[in-house]
Amino acid sequence: MDFSELFRNFPELTTTGLTQGAIYALVALGYTLVYGVLRLINFAHSEVFMVGTFAAMWTWNALGFNQNLSPSGVLISAGVLIAGLLAAVAVSSATAVAVELTAYRPLRKRNAPPLAFLISAIGASFVIMEIIGIATDRAPYGNMPELVSNKPLFTILGAEITPVQIVIVVGALVMLVGLDWFINNTRLGRGVRAVAQDPDSAALMGVNKGRVIGLVFLLGGVMAGVAAVFANLKYGFTKFNLGFLFGLKAFTAAVLGGIGNLRGAVLGGLLLGLVENYASALVGTQFRDLVAFVVLIAVLMFRPTGILGESLGRARA
Amino acid sequence: MLLEIDNVTLHYGRIKALHGISIHVNEGEVVALIGANGAGKSTTMRAISGLRAISSGAIRFQGEDISKVRADLRVVKGICQSPEGRGVFPGMTVKENLEMGAYMRRDNAAIAEDMERVFTLFPRLKERIKQAGGTLSGGEQQMLAVGRALMGRPKLLLLDEPSMGLAPMLIQQIFNIITEINQQGTTVLVVEQNAQQALSRAHRAYVLETGNIVKEGSGADLLHDPAVKAAYLGVA
Repeated sequence: MDFSELFRNFPELTTTGLTQGAIYALVALGYTLVYGVLRLINFAHSEVFMVGTFAAMWTWNALGFNQNLSPSGVLISAGVLIAGLLAAVAVSSATAVAVELTAYRPLRKRNAPPLAFLISAIGASFVIMEIIGIATDRAPYGNMPELVSNKPLFTILGAEITPVQIVIVVGALVMLVGLDWFINNTRLGRGVRAVAQDPDSAALMGVNKGRVIGLVFLLGGVMAGVAAVFANLKYGFTKFNLGFLFGLKAFTAAVLGGIGNLRGAVLGGLLLGLVENYASALVGTQFRDLVAFVVLIAVLMFRPTGILGESLGRARA
Repeated sequence: MLLEIDNVTLHYGRIKALHGISIHVNEGEVVALIGANGAGKSTTMRAISGLRAISSGAIRFQGEDISKVRADLRVVKGICQSPEGRGVFPGMTVKENLEMGAYMRRDNAAIAEDMERVFTLFPRLKERIKQAGGTLSGGEQQMLAVGRALMGRPKLLLLDEPSMGLAPMLIQQIFNIITEINQQGTTVLVVEQNAQQALSRAHRAYVLETGNIVKEGSGADLLHDPAVKAAYLGVA
């Protein structure tokens, strides 16, 4: 236990933790949205995120930019970044909807038991991971231009703030607020909440359940696509199995906040990011990944419903 | 004929819940379906609204066979239901619940009008307009479920046990409202365990026993039928 390390670097650990947590939160929303409506853990969601990271990188390469050639000027950089973002969002959401159509919908039509969905989810996850694994020779892929600077811009209380961190935290915030608004204030969003709270009653109101299910997969995919680009900016590389650990952590974040609860997923993501960073300062970075799962087990033991506890159903969020 | 249930059977797994029942509802009527617990009343309702698929027979609405139409599309055709157990959305406010009732409508001005009409029928709901559905009392939830079904401007209103769990005075009140809704032009099919109230309000009624229709007639006739009296009205 090295408390001096924790205290000395506390501001830095906090900003890093929040940045990482913001990405977890975006991915966690995908788990929580689908769970809220289907009571299903979509384990293939980790791959929905992973394909987004490749989609963005390949788009940047296709536009002619790579680790040796970064776009010059803020405007061009932003344009290139957004092109990658659109590609990631498109590929991730298409993957999410494809998983729903091929791995889950046929099972639902046959009234399959929950275990069948779980196995189908794991199967879909492996299929996607292996396809990308084969396509990329299972090698890490980091041929990425510098689109947002990683050099400190200013310091707050001793913590250096970089443009990458600002883009990630602000971008995530915009997405989170937007999703929250959509779910609470639009007709379609109300349909999502209705199916989450009482699927039979929702049908009696004229809500098309199939469409709502497709919509939550789509929304989860959009969030994962944005998260994928942010992960690229932060880590600078990706790999076919990147989704595995990342997905498990985002899932942990969703459970931590209260699975099925949108605001819970955000809270859980940020908390997990912070806890991971504080703990790795305290007990060593080699334990970083362990921390997430200790947290998961502790939550399941002491507060199985998560911090906010309520589902998309009960909660107004 | 607005609704015709023609020799319908329905299974839960291997268990036959409806043994070929036939019921019809004419435009402008209040029709009651009475029977004991487990007789198949709610199952019949679920079959009409499409929450449960039927095994054989046909359900016709305005002459069209809707047996294979998805539940949400039957709402568009004009069948709205206040379900067994009320089915109020617990995390939505009273207002949002009512708006859900008009989910498939786009005529916002008329929706606002209908909401005012629901508040006139159930002033209590207006007092609770911002409260979450899950925090309402049983009686209030019942009002909300009926009001929400009305928000769909149904041609046929299905009410499943509207008196369930209500105090006697509230039961009286809710049946008064059913009569009023009917007089305003909505056709009603009501399932009830409270046979006394249902039969005295209904134009016609059916008695359901273990998945079979065993009697039908005018509400008044059944109310005075010795067998019905003995079985459902607690009179020897």
